[in-house]
Amino acid sequence: MNRAPLPTYDRPIADVKAPVSPSAERHKGEIRIADVVKIYGSETAKIRAVDNCTFDVPAGKITVVVGPSGCGKTTLLNAIAGFHSITSGAIYLDDTLLCGPGRLSAEPGPDRIVVFQNGALFPWKTIIENVAFGPMMQGRLSKKQAFEKGRAMLAEAGLRDLESNYPGEISSGMRRRVEITRALMNDPKVLLLDEPYRALDSLTKSVMHEALLETFDRNQVTIFFITHDLEEAIFLGHRVVIMTTRPCRPKKILTVDIPHPRDYSVLTTKRFREYLDETVAAVHEEAIKAFAAGERER
Amino acid sequence: MKELESTLAAGEIGASLGEAPAGRPAGDADRAGRVEVALYRLRQWLSSPRPYLMLLGFGLFFAFWYLTVEVWKLTRFAQMPGPTTVISEWLSPDPTYGLSIYSAEYYQHIWVSWRRVSIAFLLATVTGVPLGLFLGWSQRFKEYVFPVFELLRPIPPLAWVPLAIIMFQGSETPIVFLTFLASFYATTLNTMLGVESIDVSFVRAAYCLGARRRQVFWHVVVPGAMPFIFTGLQISVGVAWFSLVAGEMVSGQYGLGYLINTSYTMVQYPTMVIGMITLGVVGYATSAAVRIFGNYLMQWRARELAMGGEK
Repeated sequence: MNRAPLPTYDRPIADVKAPVSPSAERHKGEIRIADVVKIYGSETAKIRAVDNCTFDVPAGKITVVVGPSGCGKTTLLNAIAGFHSITSGAIYLDDTLLCGPGRLSAEPGPDRIVVFQNGALFPWKTIIENVAFGPMMQGRLSKKQAFEKGRAMLAEAGLRDLESNYPGEISSGMRRRVEITRALMNDPKVLLLDEPYRALDSLTKSVMHEALLETFDRNQVTIFFITHDLEEAIFLGHRVVIMTTRPCRPKKILTVDIPHPRDYSVLTTKRFREYLDETVAAVHEEAIKAFAAGERER
Repeated sequence: MKELESTLAAGEIGASLGEAPAGRPAGDADRAGRVEVALYRLRQWLSSPRPYLMLLGFGLFFAFWYLTVEVWKLTRFAQMPGPTTVISEWLSPDPTYGLSIYSAEYYQHIWVSWRRVSIAFLLATVTGVPLGLFLGWSQRFKEYVFPVFELLRPIPPLAWVPLAIIMFQGSETPIVFLTFLASFYATTLNTMLGVESIDVSFVRAAYCLGARRRQVFWHVVVPGAMPFIFTGLQISVGVAWFSLVAGEMVSGQYGLGYLINTSYTMVQYPTMVIGMITLGVVGYATSAAVRIFGNYLMQWRARELAMGGEK
């Protein structure tokens, strides 16, 4: 078994412009993924989805994970969220063990909230009921308090006048923003975003990116973001983790040294293009491997 | 006013006549708006081709009946009463065979059948919906119960008739039992499928947001299965009428099935057809009532569909 060398962090993590108090940074959810392995399937037909995967998701930063589709990125996210077990290794959140030896599956909870690829606002609840759901279920707020907080947070996110609509009545871009607001209602340490903008057209996407960055600048929550859109990755991320194709492990970790808050003018800068070239080269190699492997499997 | 506009936009779907406007239950301010919406819908409906096509359909049906029986007098239809005979008998204050809209007995038949269906339907709902929810929710429970359920389900209600008569006292309970059976299967099966159709992301999202298992059940599983449950209930009320008639033909004193069967043995053919048409009308009305109630409970769905079903 040839083990990949552990990634080395040759560049410092970019400084964030917005001031963050050291204590806030300490407690806003650093995830450490240590030597995680995930094997699917039975004894006879094993699929090694994740192998010897080790990297950090620094607190209060946006970490974007990119890789060919089906490479095991979502498996990793599901392990952090607590939807799936891991086979070995460990995942920590701020020094507490989420899953690891003796306890292979994490418990899902409001400190790590997932925003799903296809959106998971409850279609049978109005926007405000959706947003108030978390604190009410946890018994942290009464219905009245939760609704009040929800209204305030919706207004802050520029989503006024939607509260009594049902999710089916608003645009898909709006739904994603509501879903992020629903997550932030619980003061999570980490947001786990699984290709949340995949289904959106590119114009809506650019609006969503700026909205997400604005939300991030306001909340400084740790963000773990999965995508296979490289421009999106570099535009959003403080750190971009490029994954190998199955089994999934970091191939290259890139620190994007463009200061936040960013806006769309960044896209045309020389620096951005350089980062993009660097990423494209790495990802393309993996995409070819993934394609070849896919051909063989069939 | 904004409220009204959004409801108007949502108006296209449930545009059939007499359905409750798909607005939220709201205060008095909304009530005037609702009347306006209902009128708006009525005008929309009347200016669309739908009501006229419907009338044309009925016209063709009655014309076919009239021509085959009363004009061409085809041999195949020789014993069949024509539409004029049936309708004049039905509307007559002094009916030849003793039964029309003026006789108390007619309403007695309708009432007895309706009561049996209601009891059976309610029983099937209060047992079938929870059973279906648990079957869909708990894999282990399903492993115990579902094979038995699947084995019993193909047995038609008519095959249960002798056993029902042996098991239950009198004539009323066996009929209700037979009516209940078919309803129960339809409700349970659809509810179970409803739970299984729920996107796993909704359940995961609820756990992420800190909900416990019981809360997930009430806030995700039950509402998520609701569209399937109501499809099931509509089927359930339909098959209840099917098996009711089967039961009533075997035993009983009153009821539309009994009416049809006795009119047949006593060669009162117009009365027999009156019974059949009445079954059609009452059956349709109960099914529509279930649908309207479902739309009222699931406004999120009505409004989502109004937006073009985008999800």
